Amino acid sequence: MEAVDTSLFLLVIFILAVFVGYFVVWSVTPALHTPLMSVTNAISSVIVVGALIALGLDSTNATGTVAKLLGFLAVLLSAVNIFGGFMVTWRMLSMYRKREK
Amino acid sequence: MSENFAASLYVLAAILFIFALRGLSSPESSRTGNMLGVVGMVVAMGTTLFLLQDSSALTWGGILLAVVIGGGIGAVIARKIAMTAMPQLIAAFHSLVGMAAVLVAWATFLAPDTFDIVAPGGGIHGLSVLEMSLGVAIGAITFSGSVIAFAKLQGVMSGAPILLPGRHAINLLIGAVILLGILLVSVDTSYQNIWLFAIITLLSFLIGLLIIIPVGGADMPVVVSMLNSYSGWAAAGIGFTLSNVALIITGALVGSSGAILSYIMCRGMNRSFVSVILGGFGSEENAVGGTVETRSVKQGNASDAAFIMENAAFVVIVPGYGMAVAQAQHALREMADILKSRGVKVVYAIHPVAGRMPGHMNVLLAEAGVPYDEVFELEDINSQFAQADVAFVIGANDVTNPSAKTDKSSPIYGMPVLDVEKARTVLFSKRGMGAGYAGVENELFFRDNTMMLFGDARKMVEEIVKSF
Repeated sequence: MEAVDTSLFLLVIFILAVFVGYFVVWSVTPALHTPLMSVTNAISSVIVVGALIALGLDSTNATGTVAKLLGFLAVLLSAVNIFGGFMVTWRMLSMYRKREK
Repeated sequence: MSENFAASLYVLAAILFIFALRGLSSPESSRTGNMLGVVGMVVAMGTTLFLLQDSSALTWGGILLAVVIGGGIGAVIARKIAMTAMPQLIAAFHSLVGMAAVLVAWATFLAPDTFDIVAPGGGIHGLSVLEMSLGVAIGAITFSGSVIAFAKLQGVMSGAPILLPGRHAINLLIGAVILLGILLVSVDTSYQNIWLFAIITLLSFLIGLLIIIPVGGADMPVVVSMLNSYSGWAAAGIGFTLSNVALIITGALVGSSGAILSYIMCRGMNRSFVSVILGGFGSEENAVGGTVETRSVKQGNASDAAFIMENAAFVVIVPGYGMAVAQAQHALREMADILKSRGVKVVYAIHPVAGRMPGHMNVLLAEAGVPYDEVFELEDINSQFAQADVAFVIGANDVTNPSAKTDKSSPIYGMPVLDVEKARTVLFSKRGMGAGYAGVENELFFRDNTMMLFGDARKMVEEIVKSF
């Protein structure tokens, strides 16, 4: 029997994560749906991982240099989102107060 | 750092992100959750930095420069942005995720050796190309769609639906060409050239634009949620190309989050997701009636409203998008404070689709200092309207229309609505007699227990405060 392809494991992780997302998101209170959107925005910027690899590649030819440059731009855009997303979420969350007793 | 250790750290980052979302189940735990999300991001980025191929000064300088510029811009925006502008900010942020996905997909396409996706016989691994081309297509759709959503929400572009003739046929054709292109680059390495990949990218930008322009302003909560979902799927696509679990798990979380929000918004309007996306709602195409309304309404002024509310025991405030437009939330809280100081019980009722994005009203009320335990969702408040002396509707319209429950011919029939008509008196603050977004006359205006308060919502509330 041949070994199971790694891609299949990744697909399984993906599918299970969709289920985790489903249950976690339904437990979010509707009052916090706007912060939910801004924080999902911030965490989806973990795409910066791919951007950093591209920016950090060892370019020996023209296409490599272009890829490195694209990586630079992608890190920049992701950084806007990471800082902006987490900070604006924080700002919103610190406004939610309970009734003073 | 070994590959296995790095992979474990990426899993850790993903788990921290799950906790960041989990924290949002209540306002108390949400701030801790947000910090865990930040830690997760630091772990993911730190791990990647350890594994860089080329650790020259150029690379590190580039990273530092990009993070300082990008992070600086993000930080300034996050501090300065007005809470009323949150929907367009979120749309703008989605466009950045989409663009980042496009750029990263192109980088992997141009430098496959860096990402370990070269096939044994030369060219790129077919499966990897499939993943990256799906990533580039969804990323491009997210980008251009979000740009249009931003323009509509910001008012740069009219919120009215733009309907091109034959738009469904055009969209189908473009969609088919994109899929064909993705299939070609994936199955045969000889098709793996820059041009075909560029065509896939450009057509995806185009279709993203075309699917959002026919959607009207008040359907934006669905669009913004949908683009949120897409940005997740795009990230997941790139995650598969890079075999990175942090990206795959996060993409799946964000993708399902956006999908659930879209579902909640559609349910709040009793419309199918497909009908929202096909667009055109609220345009000439399905404007109803033509019958000129001749019935008269009962009109009142600020001092009448003040008198009625002062003598009430229980007031329910129903805010809508109009409150946000008039920036009336601070004046409204002031009004509520005065009423509370006189022993009147005041609560707020929020319809799921009030505002331009999910939870929009809750954030605005929180900013104005309204405690979140005085704010109720539709299903929790509807049974209480019968006990209320006053329902004060400010800037909302369709979501209070009782004909959604009774009139089968109404375009909003079946939409869950707030039962404001059950309150002893309904005070309706509105600019004029115009119909709501759905183009339907609101039955409520003509009821005996309704008093219309015409004028700018903020001025009206300020005058009520003065009249107490």
